[in-house]
Amino acid sequence: MTVLTTTPRSAWRAYSDWANTHRKWLFAAPAMIFVGVLIAFPLAWTLYLSLTDAHGSVRAASHFVGFGNYLEVLKDTKRFWPATGRTFAFTLSALAVEMVLGMCIALLLWRPFRGEKWVRVAILLPLVATPVAVGMMWRLIFDPNIGFANQLLNFIGLPSQPWLSSPQTALPTLVFVDIWQWTPMVVLILLAGLTALSDEPDEAARIDGANAWQRFRFVTLPLLMPTVIVAVLLRSIDALKTFDILYATKGKGGGSFNEVETLNVYAYGLSFDYNSYGLASAVLILFFLIIVACMFVLTRRRKGNR
Amino acid sequence: MSATLTDVGPKTTPTVLPRRRKPLRSRAYKLFRVVMLILVVIVFIAPLAWMLLASFKTNVDIYDAGKSVIFSPTWENYSNVLGRNNYFQFIFNSFWVAFCSTALSLVLGVPAAYAMSRFTMHRSALVVLMARIIPGVSLLVPWYYVFSNMRLVGGFSVLILSHMFVALPLIVYIMMSFFDSMPLELEESAQVDGLTAIGAFARITLPLSVGGIATAGILSFIFSWNNFMFALVLSGAHTKTLPVAIFNFVSYASIDWGGLMAAAVVVTIPIMVIALSTQKYIVTGLTAGATKG
Repeated sequence: MTVLTTTPRSAWRAYSDWANTHRKWLFAAPAMIFVGVLIAFPLAWTLYLSLTDAHGSVRAASHFVGFGNYLEVLKDTKRFWPATGRTFAFTLSALAVEMVLGMCIALLLWRPFRGEKWVRVAILLPLVATPVAVGMMWRLIFDPNIGFANQLLNFIGLPSQPWLSSPQTALPTLVFVDIWQWTPMVVLILLAGLTALSDEPDEAARIDGANAWQRFRFVTLPLLMPTVIVAVLLRSIDALKTFDILYATKGKGGGSFNEVETLNVYAYGLSFDYNSYGLASAVLILFFLIIVACMFVLTRRRKGNR
Repeated sequence: MSATLTDVGPKTTPTVLPRRRKPLRSRAYKLFRVVMLILVVIVFIAPLAWMLLASFKTNVDIYDAGKSVIFSPTWENYSNVLGRNNYFQFIFNSFWVAFCSTALSLVLGVPAAYAMSRFTMHRSALVVLMARIIPGVSLLVPWYYVFSNMRLVGGFSVLILSHMFVALPLIVYIMMSFFDSMPLELEESAQVDGLTAIGAFARITLPLSVGGIATAGILSFIFSWNNFMFALVLSGAHTKTLPVAIFNFVSYASIDWGGLMAAAVVVTIPIMVIALSTQKYIVTGLTAGATKG
């Protein structure tokens, strides 16, 4: 420990020692403060706004109205509850199809084959495509008069469908678009999980005479479960919050009959199309609670499984 | 060593027994697999191909079912879109916002991910990952309130700040699982050789993490480029990003399909080129943490 005793050096040394012993927080704090300030403050603000009648200009004065907004929202069977229903219908149906389809495609891709690279490229492209552009692309394809979808249906002898333009079929059509864009994500995650599995349990089951379905159901799937849950978690977070393709294809309020209005679209519309920030904040707080509850249930499951 | 030896035994012997039945069944499966794979490729590529084709058609040809695939291509849509609407400005805006938010998020996120991985700060990590769970609108309302009072809405700074919110959690998530899988020994031996802990991080760990940082950076660039909602509210006439520009394209009375598709191609092509040339990084990034359980 022969320390050089010139003052600037020892000062630097002292600083360096301090930095090294506190590096844990020195490294983590900036990011945490950034996120913390930008989350905690907006959340608190949203909570505050949800208790006021803030609307119109952002500089206008607002009055405290207590839980009035929440009552108004919870009693709102015209917009809020249908939007909640649509959010869940959209998320659950997209998630279910994406998981099943994603699993099938991942199993198809699991063992190496020639041209593997090209299939992977094809799968990656929808995933990275800009959602707004994807929305516009499907708008053209699903156009009732000039779209490719109806040309294809007519070609195989089926009648044309209204797709996005009818209140009945708009939401299922958008579920399809979501499936097209995000099944690749599930495929990639499950494929990563499959490649990380060891071959031995599968091999052992094969020797014991298990057929392909039995080996998948009782060997591969249980071993893959942690990865499946990660995929479900990631996809459900994003699906609940879907905004881009809904807003890009149907515009304000989820179409003229609000046919694709989910909670996210509803809250956005209240905030920035109608400027009723107070009401919007109440919707957002409720939406946030719903998401947190979903995550809580899913992560509880995950711990229970282990 | 002994494990590999015992492995070889059972694998080679049983294949002798069912050999007679195997070829036929496996050939049928092979054919099925090829057909299915081709179908998968078609389903995922065809819509994109359709968009690309339509961007080279005149609007008259788009309305003509007979000219679905065979038509005389035109550059008109592209010259219209790029010439008329300030599109080069929007391309630059998208690029600049994505670049700055990614760079700043890397500066904040990589050391944070390192600390969170090495000191297993799971609760702190949760704070950062909360940013991924929270619906964007609930942040936008307060941000819009505050930033418009500060008269910052419409400037690059707010846009970059908001996109960092997309980039940072992603980077922390990817880099944490990268550092988790990185052996401690190198850093430890560097410290034995006289480097400080921070020195070991800067001179040993960081250079070894270039692959991980590239993965996180590329993905966060893509996500920022694709982001729509934040820019929709926070961007002004001169800071508009490409997704917002495309969205505004349709608010006019009748849709100019050819132009719209050309605009959609312009926004997706750069991202697809990046994705294809860095495919491996993207896949590891997207699947980070998936196999840990």
